[in-house]
Amino acid sequence: MTTQVQQKIRVLIAKPGLDGHDRGAKVIARAFRDAGMEVIYTGLRQTPEMIASAAIQEDVDAIGLSCLSGAHMYLFPKVIELLRERGADDIVVFGGGTIPDEDIPKLKAAGIAQVFTPGATTGEAIEFVKSNIRSK
Amino acid sequence: MIDMHEKREIERIEKEKEQWEAETLKPALKSAPERAERFTSVSMAPVERLYTPADLPNWDFLKDLGFPGEYPYTRGLHPTMYRAKLWTMRMFAGYGTAVETNRRFKYLLEQGQMGLSTAFDLPTLMGYDSDHPFSAGEVGKCGVAIDSLADMEILFDGIPLGEVTTSMTITSPAAVLWAMYVAVCEKQGVPYHRIGGTIQNDILKEYIAQKEYIYPIEPSVRLVTDTVVFGAHHLPRWNTISISGYHIREAGATALQELAFTLADGMVYVEEAIKAGLDVDAFAPRLSFFFDCHNDLFEEVAKFRAARRLWARIMRERFGAKDPRSWLLRTHAQTAGVALTAQQPYNNIARVAIQALAGVLGGTQSLHTNAMDEAMALPTEEAATIALRTQQIIAHESGVTNTVDPLAGSYYVEALTNQMEEGAWEYFRRIEELGGMIRAIEKGFPQREIADAAYAYQQAVEREEKIIVGVNRFKEEDAQQIPLLSIDRAAEQRQIERLRELRRSRDKDLVMRSLDALRQAAAGKDPWGRDLLMPKILDAVRAYATQGEIMDVFREVWGEYTEPIII
Amino acid sequence: MELTRKILEGDVRAAARLMTMIENGASEARAALKSLYAHTGSGYIIGITGPPGSGKSTLTDHLTDELRKRRKTVGIVAVDPTSPFSGGAILADRIRMQRHSLDADVFIRSMATRGHLGGLARATNDVVDVMDAAGKEVILIETVGVGQDEVEVVGTAHTCVVVSVPGLGDEVQAIKAGVLEIGDVFVVNKADREGANRTATELEMMLHMAPDTGGWLPKVYKTVATKGEGIAKLVDAIFAHKAFLDERDLRKKKGRERSERAFMALLQETLRARTVERFKRNGSMKEMIERVADRELDPYTAVEEILDKIGL
Ligand SMILES: Nc1nc2c(ncn2[C@@H]2O[C@H](COP(=O)(O)OP(=O)(O)OP(=O)(O)O)[C@@H](O)[C@H]2O)c(=O)[nH]1
Ligand SMILES: [Mg+2]
Repeated sequence: MTTQVQQKIRVLIAKPGLDGHDRGAKVIARAFRDAGMEVIYTGLRQTPEMIASAAIQEDVDAIGLSCLSGAHMYLFPKVIELLRERGADDIVVFGGGTIPDEDIPKLKAAGIAQVFTPGATTGEAIEFVKSNIRSK
Repeated sequence: MIDMHEKREIERIEKEKEQWEAETLKPALKSAPERAERFTSVSMAPVERLYTPADLPNWDFLKDLGFPGEYPYTRGLHPTMYRAKLWTMRMFAGYGTAVETNRRFKYLLEQGQMGLSTAFDLPTLMGYDSDHPFSAGEVGKCGVAIDSLADMEILFDGIPLGEVTTSMTITSPAAVLWAMYVAVCEKQGVPYHRIGGTIQNDILKEYIAQKEYIYPIEPSVRLVTDTVVFGAHHLPRWNTISISGYHIREAGATALQELAFTLADGMVYVEEAIKAGLDVDAFAPRLSFFFDCHNDLFEEVAKFRAARRLWARIMRERFGAKDPRSWLLRTHAQTAGVALTAQQPYNNIARVAIQALAGVLGGTQSLHTNAMDEAMALPTEEAATIALRTQQIIAHESGVTNTVDPLAGSYYVEALTNQMEEGAWEYFRRIEELGGMIRAIEKGFPQREIADAAYAYQQAVEREEKIIVGVNRFKEEDAQQIPLLSIDRAAEQRQIERLRELRRSRDKDLVMRSLDALRQAAAGKDPWGRDLLMPKILDAVRAYATQGEIMDVFREVWGEYTEPIII
Repeated sequence: MELTRKILEGDVRAAARLMTMIENGASEARAALKSLYAHTGSGYIIGITGPPGSGKSTLTDHLTDELRKRRKTVGIVAVDPTSPFSGGAILADRIRMQRHSLDADVFIRSMATRGHLGGLARATNDVVDVMDAAGKEVILIETVGVGQDEVEVVGTAHTCVVVSVPGLGDEVQAIKAGVLEIGDVFVVNKADREGANRTATELEMMLHMAPDTGGWLPKVYKTVATKGEGIAKLVDAIFAHKAFLDERDLRKKKGRERSERAFMALLQETLRARTVERFKRNGSMKEMIERVADRELDPYTAVEEILDKIGL
């Protein structure tokens, strides 16, 4: 190992729920990579349990959840709940997808740090992650 | 044939154009430079300043355009097009349980809609029953939850299935849902030859784009082919595959990629059905298509025109189809969901109008217009009605339906149409080099092309090379609020309870026996001839086996698909 | 030490944290590794290497399945390349293995190469040690899709599994000589594809021609990773190799070699780092490099001068 410090931001991008629309998740994964981050991509149809567990093993700084099925009100808070149970609630969780405005305050109250709706840029997401992850 | 006269004419135009560039264009550019260095379509394809006959060098009116209702159908499938019959205005509906969707169906029929179109929820699309752990939070969300024939009976209660046609947006479990529909028709006393409608059933686009696959590609294609064979033998009015570019486009493909990959998928189904022993003309007339209509009006029109011309040529020349009905690319179209924005949602009404116009000018047979709120949720009744009215305005007020293929002869549109066709042939060549479409998908070729296009587009938006009104230009601070439809979680509980009740009350032995018979048929080596799967699925459905149970039988026998990782 | 204690007790979060510190070269990592060192050395390390897309991750997934059936606890380190342009990476091997993420006895960690060549990341060895100390009995390392020179895994693993696929037309992925030498067990995956038998036979012939193998005769196994076919036999073969090593005390020898390499690498890096640190403060090294660039000084003399100054 080296003594020179090489901090890299690690982000888990996951698609909870049953929908297969992974365009957004993939675009974000690429954009994060191009911004110099390490992106752990876990693919489609992940249960909240799988996501929380992977995030802890990978010791990520942030989790990005993408859901276009309408089940975000169940799935997103569940991930937060599981992280809390395992003492990993310092991981910043953000979400994206077809999410009605009225759900956003509820998701934020449940612990989702930010919600990106269609039209948000990858630049905004990158900026958000860079300025919101907690230093370890 | 291009004669000498025409050739000389083109040379003259080219010369004149050079002169125009020097004398008229150049000073104009100096005093008022163009807004951008490069102009591109929404697919990022370059667009020239001006199109002239010189852009159509080998173009032959009779060979490349011809007349509507005749080969190669560039100008449309029917000689009179919308002067005789408008397209079918078909709006997608489905949410919650069968009870709610049945109510919505009846409402839409009263509003003058001409056919039904069913959206299913994700557990149904993925072959899980509502009480499966993966279904938690998803039941009734994106569409209606259907677990068994009992739900299907409720869904179409009081709707005369001999008189309406029904389109079902379902793919992996298409055979099962179709069997349920047929079983409801049996109960209503509708004879097989009068049952009309469509199942989406295009499994290949799932591996490419929408990712609602379950089994490995080969057995999945076998299941699709089984339905084609069954339809050809028993249900002559049913469209057994709706070969879909829509999802490919929505996943980020360009218009050309949408066109090429969709037709490449279509060719696989034709080849498989021929391998299964059908004569090409026995099933090809029942293949239909489903394309996206995006914002770039002319590019979209060219895509539809090129699609018809390509398919006619492929079917006649490559597959030797003799029945002209086999040459026809009949298509449904839907406006682009990805083009809708959550910001300033009322703007979506204008977008949908332009997209719908593209579909109509492209000569579609049927059209769904998205509601303005679809970027955020399932449409409310009001929003869906505006979307339907948009089609009615195009049909009755705009005048575009008064003549056939009104954009024909536009140098731009014809040049685009040619480019589309040539580009598609080039893609077909590359796919063949990879060993055919199935191998190309296994290698991730179309997936990678699409992912690259999606990323390039997103970057162009972020650099503001592509302007999206209300998103990266003309933004507003105060967000417009529109009312949204919310689906109550109680629907999930109601559905699960009904399912439990069904499991208690049905004839368990009959269910087991029908599933065993299906298992044997699925495991059979020789898929064609005696052991067609559809009759076995029908038996299981009639016995009230649930769709999850039926799909699990195939899971057991065929295993599940893992996709190549393309990011 | 708190962190070490937690890791030894099997705390996943603590182990994962330490891995990050190791990757980032944080100074706390060094202290933790020091105190964990005594608890390492019992895990059996298996390297999985082969060309891109040959099915390494899918195999790793099914190997894990089989190992769990045999009641072994499993650690997985999956390495993917870092983009040389952005320094970022997409780590996607894990997708294939996600079904194990709820199993408390499986620990999966994805790593980016961060510019390190050789098929592994610089920190892979240390991360494997952490898994070892955390009690994982078998540790699987999936290398990046390799070419000829990326065979560093041989220095880390006890058994090296080399994966290839049927060579068909456009995708001839014949095993290169360098990779042939490092394999203890060979796999022709995607045996459901045409040409698998031929590829296996060709491989066997190449192996027969290989010089001195030290008593171990590598064999070729066919698998269909997606269906889990041939996996049990593959695990048997890996354990046969383990038995072979143990019988002749070769595992210890491999371990010693690995320790030596790790030691030398650490020495080299520490020396370099400390030297750079020392001379950075007064700027004299930068000046010296400039003189070398301007041909005023040759690099040999320059290095000697530096070493003289620190008394080496
Ligand atoms: N037909 C067939 N396909 C397989 C088999 N094993 C893996 N695949 C497929 O091959 C593709 C690549 O598999 P991976 O396991 O991701 O390969 P990899 O070697 O880990 O790939 P990289 O990490 O990207 O180098 C996937 O689509 C798998 O489903 C097999 O035995 N038969
Ligand atoms: Mg891999």
